[in-house]
Amino acid sequence: MFSYANPKRFMELSGRILPWLGAATAILFAVGVYLSFTAPADYQQGATVRIMFIHVPAAWVAMMAYGFMALASLIGLVNRHPLADVAAKQAAPLGALFTVLALITGSLWGRPMWGTYWQWDGRLTSFLLLLFLFLGYIALWNAIENEVRAAKAAAILALVGVVNLPIIEFSVQWWTTLHQGESIFRKGGPLISAVFLWPLFVMAAAYTLLFFTLLIVRMRTEILERRARALALGANA
Amino acid sequence: MSAFAALLARDVRLATRAGGSAMLALAFFAAVVTLVPFGIGSEAKLLARVAGGVVWVAAVLANLLALDRLFQADYEDGSLDLLALSPLAFEGIAAAKISVHWLTTGLPLTILSPILALLLNLPTSAYVALVMSLLIGTPAISAIGAVAAALTLSIRRGGLLLPLLVLPLLTPVVIFGAGAVLAKLDGIENGAFWLLAAFSVAAVLLAPFVAAAALRLNLSE
Repeated sequence: MFSYANPKRFMELSGRILPWLGAATAILFAVGVYLSFTAPADYQQGATVRIMFIHVPAAWVAMMAYGFMALASLIGLVNRHPLADVAAKQAAPLGALFTVLALITGSLWGRPMWGTYWQWDGRLTSFLLLLFLFLGYIALWNAIENEVRAAKAAAILALVGVVNLPIIEFSVQWWTTLHQGESIFRKGGPLISAVFLWPLFVMAAAYTLLFFTLLIVRMRTEILERRARALALGANA
Repeated sequence: MSAFAALLARDVRLATRAGGSAMLALAFFAAVVTLVPFGIGSEAKLLARVAGGVVWVAAVLANLLALDRLFQADYEDGSLDLLALSPLAFEGIAAAKISVHWLTTGLPLTILSPILALLLNLPTSAYVALVMSLLIGTPAISAIGAVAAALTLSIRRGGLLLPLLVLPLLTPVVIFGAGAVLAKLDGIENGAFWLLAAFSVAAVLLAPFVAAAALRLNLSE
């Protein structure tokens, strides 16, 4: 891991894999969207079941983003890995975006399905809290001027908030809720038939690759910005 | 007198004098609770239903008032640096500050709450539940608030950022605290009170360590 800690090596490596990553993302999206539209209409939900292929992967990636951010924060705090802080910082806006996407698509799906745009149950409430945790994290980064101190303070905040992730995950088990219960990752295998699972997993893979593509782009931008700032300081010295 | 007790006594004296935060938080608490019936209408049945939740939300907001000055006041005049050099560890400093905040804000709020609940027409069966839930929940508010205060220590306008950081972390306290009152009103046993107690114990025990890490970070430059 530390062999990639050198920003120059990271830039070289990421520059080489980025086009492939982007292409893979595009292909997976193309396949996923095609599969989503050719999946049969659900006997109960009709065509609106297709919202699942946008909503569920977004929610999964939002939670993964927070987990990634927390892990990167931990590595940055404990191992002092120089790129870990950059990774955590740039993962947050992406995570917030996917959270908003999941909230909006879920809300639009809830209206035809449950009759309401919103409900204050365990899953939805803890997911909304996830959004506020992301926003607070971003705000803390922006509020502290010293980069190193901002990184450490934000890392502490991210680790304090990580307790929300298991709450989101298990909220559908612990509390009665309108939201769909455990249907895929459960003992006894998935409850959903394969004809819906394939589009779902392909879209999930597409969303995940999209997250990492965008993350690498943002990290490269951050490194370049820091270099530019350092050069400006050097020029003025 | 131990360093912890000395710090505790000093801060309690500072907070309770005129211009300190204790009275201010109580006044704010009363003001918020008084404002709510103007907003939602004064129908007695409606107020009775929401009284527990309103008192809880007002308690959280009133607790937030004093939080951004928790470490900032000492940070600005250099006392925090002196405290850092004292035999008291950062964890002890954080624990002392959390205790002071609870003693001067959380505890008076809890004591005042039955009177304000009376204004909101809370049914008599729920008073004990309300006071007990506040008694157990307010230390958690002080503890988690202290963590956020330590994180936002050196930020110039940190006082505005602090509620944004703290409120997502405090939602379990409000959910279980107000839930305990509602459970008593509805006559059901849903364990909200015990979940509140568990969360509060965990928060109070862990917060000094996290706040100390944040303090070390902000003082280390």
